[in-house]
Amino acid sequence: MDCGADPAGLKIAGMSSERTIRIERDILGKNNRIAADNRARFLTDDLLVFNLVSSPGAGKTSLLVRAVSELKDSRPVGVIEGDQQTSNDADRIRATGVPAIQINTGKGCHLDAAMVGEAYRRLPPLKGGILFIENVGNLVCPAAFDLGEACKIVVFSTADGEDKPLKYPYMFAASSLMLINKIDLAPVVDFDSAKTIEYARCVNPNIEVLTVSARTGEGFAALYAWIWKQAANQRRPVGDALP
Amino acid sequence: MHEMALCEGIVEIVEEEARRRSFSRVKTVCLEIGALSHVAPEAMKFCFAAVAARTIADGAVIEVIELPGVAWCMACSRSVEIAQRDEPCPCCGSYQLQVTGGEEMLVKELEVD
Repeated sequence: MDCGADPAGLKIAGMSSERTIRIERDILGKNNRIAADNRARFLTDDLLVFNLVSSPGAGKTSLLVRAVSELKDSRPVGVIEGDQQTSNDADRIRATGVPAIQINTGKGCHLDAAMVGEAYRRLPPLKGGILFIENVGNLVCPAAFDLGEACKIVVFSTADGEDKPLKYPYMFAASSLMLINKIDLAPVVDFDSAKTIEYARCVNPNIEVLTVSARTGEGFAALYAWIWKQAANQRRPVGDALP
Repeated sequence: MHEMALCEGIVEIVEEEARRRSFSRVKTVCLEIGALSHVAPEAMKFCFAAVAARTIADGAVIEVIELPGVAWCMACSRSVEIAQRDEPCPCCGSYQLQVTGGEEMLVKELEVD
């Protein structure tokens, strides 16, 4: 029985090869570095990028189909679609004439910055335009992963249940805008808009709120106005830096 | 299960440090996890064992230092502790809170051989 030797076969009193190393490294450091690279490229390309998140079935794709159809004539628009499987969503976007890249995450539950960087390389040039990233339908995991977007938009449907912001607070805390979709269904499902907004502001007092219907087009003018406001905000610091 | 992806990140960090600092075995991985971060410490421990198998971190124990959630209350102008995102200020009941701490997810130290 040897009680002395360490794995290197040495035994020096008070000199164990065992040691503690302080490293203090962010677990998400690698993703965050790639997200920062994406963000720099998007700024260079004068591109406004939104990361759309929601539970499955809230209507992200229907919302995008309408939005890209109505925006594509005024500036370049592209879409990156994330799903575990199928290219159904990218097919729906492409049917509008707008370029789309489908990312299949397989077993993955979220998009990460490297996937988005690679998908962006495969899109045609979108300089001066808008890129929508439709994340995997999941109100948990995508909250943690920065993709390099200007901001996250959480899509919430009137049929989802008013307390979703309390049940999934991280996503609502990480988002700048809550889009309440399927507002045309509100009377049928007894949707309480005030309560939803109250819950959302419990977890994020700064979250902005708009109501839309991807089916009827209600509220989209206000959504576009919000998008142009973001575009102006993104350009301002660059403009201010000019002599 | 984004904890799997995060654990892959931890293993990558450990492998990089092993190359840089020449160690061959990791006994303990010490994490700092904030109460308002995106992970549950128990889920991290569970996933890490699976992800670390057959890597340099195989068999390493995960230790978690839990950090409190801290927010600035805009209503009463002070720093307060909160355990969850949907909690109001414990002093005045306001939800006008700006989170200032507790979102950390760090590999703090490694105990190595």
